[in-house]
Amino acid sequence: MLAHVLGVTFDGFAYGMLLFVLSVGLSVTMGLMGFVNLAHTAFAMLGGYLCVTFMERLGVPFLATLPLIFLATGALSLVFERVLYRRLYRAGELDQVLLTIGLVLMSVAACSYFWGTEQQPVTLPKYLSGYFSPGGVDLGVYRLFLSAVGIALALVLVFGLERTRFGAQVRAAVDNQRMARGLGIDVNRVFAATFAVGSGLAGLGGALAVNMIGLDPNFATKYLVFVLLVVSVGGLGSVGGTFAAAVVLGISDVAGKYYVPEAGAFIIYAVMVTLLLWRPAGLFGRRS
Amino acid sequence: MSADPQTIDPQRLIAEPLRWRWGEVVFWLTLLLPYWLAPTYLSLASQIAIAALFALSLDLILGYAGIISLGHAAFFGVGAYTAAVLVLRAHWLEPFSGLVISGLAAAVLGWLTSFLIVRVSKLALLMVTLGVGVLLAEAANRLSWLTGGNDGLHEIDVWPLLGRFTFDLYGRTAFFYALAVLFLMFLGARRLIQSPFGLSLRGLRENMRRMPALGAPIRHRQRVIYTIAAFYAGVAGALLTQTTQSVALEAVSFQRSAEILIMLVLGGTGRLYGGIVGAILFLVARDQLADMNPQYWFFWLGGLLVLVVLFLPGGIVGSVDRFWRWIARRR
Amino acid sequence: MSRLQALGVAGGVALAVAFGWAADARAGDTIKIGLVSEFSGPFALSAKEMEDGMRLYMKEHGDTVAGKKIEIIRRDTGGPAPDVAKRLAQELVVRDNVDFLAGFVVTPNALAVADVATQAKKPTIIMNAATSIITTKSPYFARVSFTLPQVTEPLANWAYKNGVRKVYTMVTDYGPGIDAETAFKKAFTADGGEIVGSVRMPLQSADFSAYAQKVKDLDPQAVFIFVPSNDQPAQIMKTFAERGLTTSNIKILATGDVTEDAVLQQEGDAALGMITSHHYSYAHDSALNKKFVAAFAKEYGDLRPDFLAVGGYDGMALIYHVVSELKGNIDGDKAMAVIKGWKHESPRGPIMIDPATRDVVQNVYIRKVEKKDGKLLNVEFETIKDVKDPGKP
Repeated sequence: MLAHVLGVTFDGFAYGMLLFVLSVGLSVTMGLMGFVNLAHTAFAMLGGYLCVTFMERLGVPFLATLPLIFLATGALSLVFERVLYRRLYRAGELDQVLLTIGLVLMSVAACSYFWGTEQQPVTLPKYLSGYFSPGGVDLGVYRLFLSAVGIALALVLVFGLERTRFGAQVRAAVDNQRMARGLGIDVNRVFAATFAVGSGLAGLGGALAVNMIGLDPNFATKYLVFVLLVVSVGGLGSVGGTFAAAVVLGISDVAGKYYVPEAGAFIIYAVMVTLLLWRPAGLFGRRS
Repeated sequence: MSADPQTIDPQRLIAEPLRWRWGEVVFWLTLLLPYWLAPTYLSLASQIAIAALFALSLDLILGYAGIISLGHAAFFGVGAYTAAVLVLRAHWLEPFSGLVISGLAAAVLGWLTSFLIVRVSKLALLMVTLGVGVLLAEAANRLSWLTGGNDGLHEIDVWPLLGRFTFDLYGRTAFFYALAVLFLMFLGARRLIQSPFGLSLRGLRENMRRMPALGAPIRHRQRVIYTIAAFYAGVAGALLTQTTQSVALEAVSFQRSAEILIMLVLGGTGRLYGGIVGAILFLVARDQLADMNPQYWFFWLGGLLVLVVLFLPGGIVGSVDRFWRWIARRR
Repeated sequence: MSRLQALGVAGGVALAVAFGWAADARAGDTIKIGLVSEFSGPFALSAKEMEDGMRLYMKEHGDTVAGKKIEIIRRDTGGPAPDVAKRLAQELVVRDNVDFLAGFVVTPNALAVADVATQAKKPTIIMNAATSIITTKSPYFARVSFTLPQVTEPLANWAYKNGVRKVYTMVTDYGPGIDAETAFKKAFTADGGEIVGSVRMPLQSADFSAYAQKVKDLDPQAVFIFVPSNDQPAQIMKTFAERGLTTSNIKILATGDVTEDAVLQQEGDAALGMITSHHYSYAHDSALNKKFVAAFAKEYGDLRPDFLAVGGYDGMALIYHVVSELKGNIDGDKAMAVIKGWKHESPRGPIMIDPATRDVVQNVYIRKVEKKDGKLLNVEFETIKDVKDPGKP
């Protein structure tokens, strides 16, 4: 009995870690720039496709692809930021929603064109497949890997935000943009850098996700909803909030399906709506 | 997005009589032309009219009250399914009253959810509207004994309109029916917008903080317009069910919510005609382009959206309006 | 607003006129087939396979029959959208004057077109949609693909015959999934077996770990699975493999949709040993199929032909048969008379259109997933001959 609970919790936690990696970039950029970037999962999808291409066509080992994808997606996002997003920083939410939805649609079509509409095959290295069963609790190796990556990432981000100078600049810009500018912080550069990191993380998340939840051109639209869920429940601009929300949502999704399968999709959305009505800014968000 | 900064002349606004301009009359008459000029496109035209009505309903909350909704299809779907269930279960085959009842069902849902909607804003609002939409779609899937689930409901035949006109293969009846309903509901919306209530809504949209200072309660008004918009969307859904004799889960899907938002924005929010123009452009373009390249339709649509946001704020109608005013100033 | 309306007038007139010009009427020496399918959206791959099968047949047999040219007019519904499907069918009939309607990957689109087919008396070839009631909705509907009950029942029978007594069912919570569950339960319990539990999984499932865990905890003798054949088969089988379920003693049963040829490779070794039932396998051992597969590979490269491609291929064969029998003069009722009782040797095996139901009667095969030359294949090892659709009301 305990083994079941632990097993389900672990699975949910691992799923939550994947959601965290996919979502944390969006939370930080939305909290920092106030920019509704619905194309975030499109970057994740691109990361996934790059992973498949690197691994299957170029024979790059899986672990080596991860940093490459982070850098590639981050760099690409900088181009978008400069050419497109920068113009809409002052515009309202609706414009941003529409621009980024437009980008998502274009990315779906582009991925269909270059990679086809089929599911992408990916073969994991042997050392990441299989599972352990300590004490009757099943721990998948890949899920352990995901959890480790998620936790490490969270620690790095929190450390980065709390202890480095750049992190301090980011926090200052989130709290009060005008003041930060007044203090001589180059807010535009902070935006651009944060956006690059956030999108790079999305790409990384996409690469990690391929093996667990599959990849086809509909990835961007399918997971957008989940990512928005995590971000809105966790609170914009908060790494800890995103982490907490991802874990809560991941575990409640898996536990819900295990213990109350008839409720299926309801739980996660009902939970979200309730939480948002109680705390519109998210669990850890700042209230304006 | 708030309306682009146009100079609002208070005298003109308040004193504006409800008379019809010649241009508007001609516009509506033009919409009748497909009957003679494009008789094999009437089914498409009727579906455009339905989408226009749906877009109009979204404009009521987005363009006039500033509420961005990603789940508006919930009301469309409730209207569509109610119309189906009325015929198939309650054996209520009279079409016009069927529309009204379906609209009212959607309005009830709208009124209930409006209490949630007015409590949140920005991202939370987007998520709550999305969440409500998704929950409803899931409910429709679950209650397959009522909704037909994935297969949908079919053979939904109402009585011939006015006792004589059945829905034919060419879509003639559907065309006139949909257009007539669109026109009537449009008249209602126009009246509403020009009324004191409508003016106060525009005040809300322009500057939400100032309105209570003028003695206008915000939340109550938002709830009212949200309910009315839900009614409109429900009628549009019911119209689709009656004219196509079927309904399926895609009526409550997120895709439908997203599409109608795109149509409205392309046409231009806050101008009543924007939804109609947007629906015409979007659906005609899709019909013509999708056959060339179904997959890549997404690409062009996405690109168009990006271009409109960057270079044509206010949509087609807004841009044309600005263009004319620029010309007028030059004179 | 007034000046705007001037533009609106001009625009409206221009649009209306453009519509008028676009209306088209061509000479009567072409046989037009209106292909209504889901080319964009979640079923894009399936629609592609179906059309590829159709065009391959055309390439192999030439595009002229009884002196008339065969032309396919394709229309995209954008996914399951009955209102769009109906409108497209109407337009194909009134605007393009098609002689046949064809296609339909998903059921709601097929159901919506029934009215149009009946009113316009157009023979309509259902090339995939697999719900039993479809062919009852119009006397002009004929199906060449399969129905879920048709392929599921034999699997249940086979399982019972081979000692399986307790089964846990897992299906996706939507039309076809529920159909599969119902058909399996009915047949299995009728034989005397016991369903120890059932679960319905949401259509948007991203993570199957909870369901896989349940299976592991219950440890039933066998599991029956149905998930839609896009990304879910790979995900669910990988999750099963993660927990060692694929190498345990639990028999994994499914309909062929879960191991269908276009996605089988993505499932990897996790799928080995699965027992499925379907009407077509890429590995079907007949000369005709080998020829079909080779021709498909030559035309379309890496993409494996699957049951959708065969549906398209055989559907075209049927259309060609009707055209040649009627010498190019397609009349709805005469066409249906020709269609009823049609017998044909397909790459899947022998098929026939039942004159009473206008539905396909065919062999159903029990297959096992095996690896040959590094490739995964559904290897048939038992044949149930001439199965009619048991799901007719």
